[in-house]
Amino acid sequence: MSLLDIRNLSVDFATSTGTFRAVDSVDLSVDAGDLHAIVGESGSGKSVSMLAAMGLLPWTATITADTLAFDGRDLRDLSPRARRRIIGKDMSMIFQEPMSSLNPCFTVGFQIKEALRQHLDLDRKQRHARAIELFEMVGIPAPEKRLSAFPHQLSGGMNQRVMIAMAIACKPRLLIADEPTTALDVTIQAQILDLLTGLQAETGMALILITHDMGVVAETARRVSVQYAGQKVEEQEVASLFSDPHHPYTAALLAALPERATERRLPTIPGVVPGQHDRPEGCLFSPRCKFADERCRTVPPPVQPPAIGLARCHYPLNVPEEADAI
Amino acid sequence: MTAPEPVLIADALGRDYSVGGGLFSQAQTVRAVAETSFTLAPGRTLAVVGESGCGKSTLARMVTLIEEPTSGRLVIDGTEARPETWASLRTSVQIVFQDPYGSLNLRQKVGTILEEPLKINRPELSARERAERARAMMELVGLRPEHYDRYPHMFSGGQRQRIAIGRALMLEPKLLVLDEPVSALDLSIQSQILNLLMDLQERLGLAYLFISHDLSVVRHLADDVIVMYLGRPVETGPKDAVFSAPRHPYTKALLSATPSADPQGRRERIKLSGELPSPLAVPPGCPFAPRCWKTQDKCREERPRLEGEPHPAACFFPEN
Repeated sequence: MSLLDIRNLSVDFATSTGTFRAVDSVDLSVDAGDLHAIVGESGSGKSVSMLAAMGLLPWTATITADTLAFDGRDLRDLSPRARRRIIGKDMSMIFQEPMSSLNPCFTVGFQIKEALRQHLDLDRKQRHARAIELFEMVGIPAPEKRLSAFPHQLSGGMNQRVMIAMAIACKPRLLIADEPTTALDVTIQAQILDLLTGLQAETGMALILITHDMGVVAETARRVSVQYAGQKVEEQEVASLFSDPHHPYTAALLAALPERATERRLPTIPGVVPGQHDRPEGCLFSPRCKFADERCRTVPPPVQPPAIGLARCHYPLNVPEEADAI
Repeated sequence: MTAPEPVLIADALGRDYSVGGGLFSQAQTVRAVAETSFTLAPGRTLAVVGESGCGKSTLARMVTLIEEPTSGRLVIDGTEARPETWASLRTSVQIVFQDPYGSLNLRQKVGTILEEPLKINRPELSARERAERARAMMELVGLRPEHYDRYPHMFSGGQRQRIAIGRALMLEPKLLVLDEPVSALDLSIQSQILNLLMDLQERLGLAYLFISHDLSVVRHLADDVIVMYLGRPVETGPKDAVFSAPRHPYTKALLSATPSADPQGRRERIKLSGELPSPLAVPPGCPFAPRCWKTQDKCREERPRLEGEPHPAACFFPEN
């Protein structure tokens, strides 16, 4: 049984102009020790699907799913109290902007000890010792002094380390990192990614990495889901995703990377992601896809078998000989 | 054939800011940019790369004449930039900002946005001529004619960036400063804008000063590269030389830290310890010395000069 099991998850937001489907029948299963990346452009629903799992969405969101379970427990019919016991302890999350996710009014030491006080049965001294130990783990120099620093006194990289220390304070079994390095410089990004993958290998927790950066995916993840306009369009091991993408969107996205370009003119994906009011009837990618035909525009595509990367496409690319496309 | 006259010559350009300073404390000086020299020829792209706080945006603002340099000399299109020549020079340098959501006036229609530079700087033109030029520009940057009467909020990020580029080109500048023009855009849109920029350069012979932290974009677009660290250039040279044989350890670390989209090619990563020092307390010797793995006593005492072959690097013990 998987640690996090999501089947057919959809999230609808009630907006003033009608409902907007941000996540559309997404499946995801993550086992202990997995390093799974979710990649997609802005508006592809990658953050919202994870926020739904964490129960952090506002009341305007309607969550429907066949299964939404963490460690065998259904997350939807937990009482808020029971949910709080899991969130922050067994599953925790790191956000994109370290500066705005920490409370500017309290020292970072207070904030990390708050997590320990809520979830663990430690006395004041033990909490202090554990906080220092955690700061050491994430590579914060002079941890004892830094405990009394306020977030504005630390740099972005240091604040992100504090966030990671808080997230792993209670030894979570699942850590969700939502664009953890997007706001940071490349040399600091390398440090933080090394830290996350190192911690993951050390503690054996599952790590879900949400990102839009294909380079980060290639260097850190083992399994990758690609999302487009709220749907998961493909899921593969990282090496085969980059060598044999099955969904035309993945292929086009990879081709558009400047470092993969063979000519001076970059291959482009025409058009833009469909919005609330211009969602196509059939395949959501069909208006931008160069392989699309009449069937793509009218019939929603099936999900192909795992051998074809679960591609949500009528005409998947790079189909291996032994596999049969639906 | 003689080399074309450079559009932009920067000679030992520098900008200081004074910060703090109150009743009881002395004001301190931050050297945001110091001793930066380069030339840029028409039709060429010069990329400035570096991490946040390295002075690349200050450099962009000085070249665009938004900020006055505190030292050094700036020659644009053969005319030296002095307070009395600023007004006339400003039409030949234009800038495109990073965030297309913040740089367009929400209350103006696209047509008005494009015509505004003409209204101010070309008062002799009639309204009809202005509209004609705006429509021609829309075609050039790949916007449809019906977009003329729309407001910026009706456009996606990529199209807004097209509007911003169009606005910058209305006065037919020779030099375009691009301050992270694609960082706020999604990958699938990024390539459209990069292609547009390359097309425009080819057609109009524009010179680009391209500010970016994304090395894969720089590698694709630039002809020459300046790598900056704490306000000073640490390495400059032709793109291929800098990327294939970096001489300064910082350039090498920066290149190795950039994730490459190739899961097979996992390379040795140089891990830099520590972070950028505060610009208020720049180390006395080489600014990179506290984070460098090759540091010796000499590095901590003396500042290395930007020199050497095959391309200049500010390091006592360069690689390659």
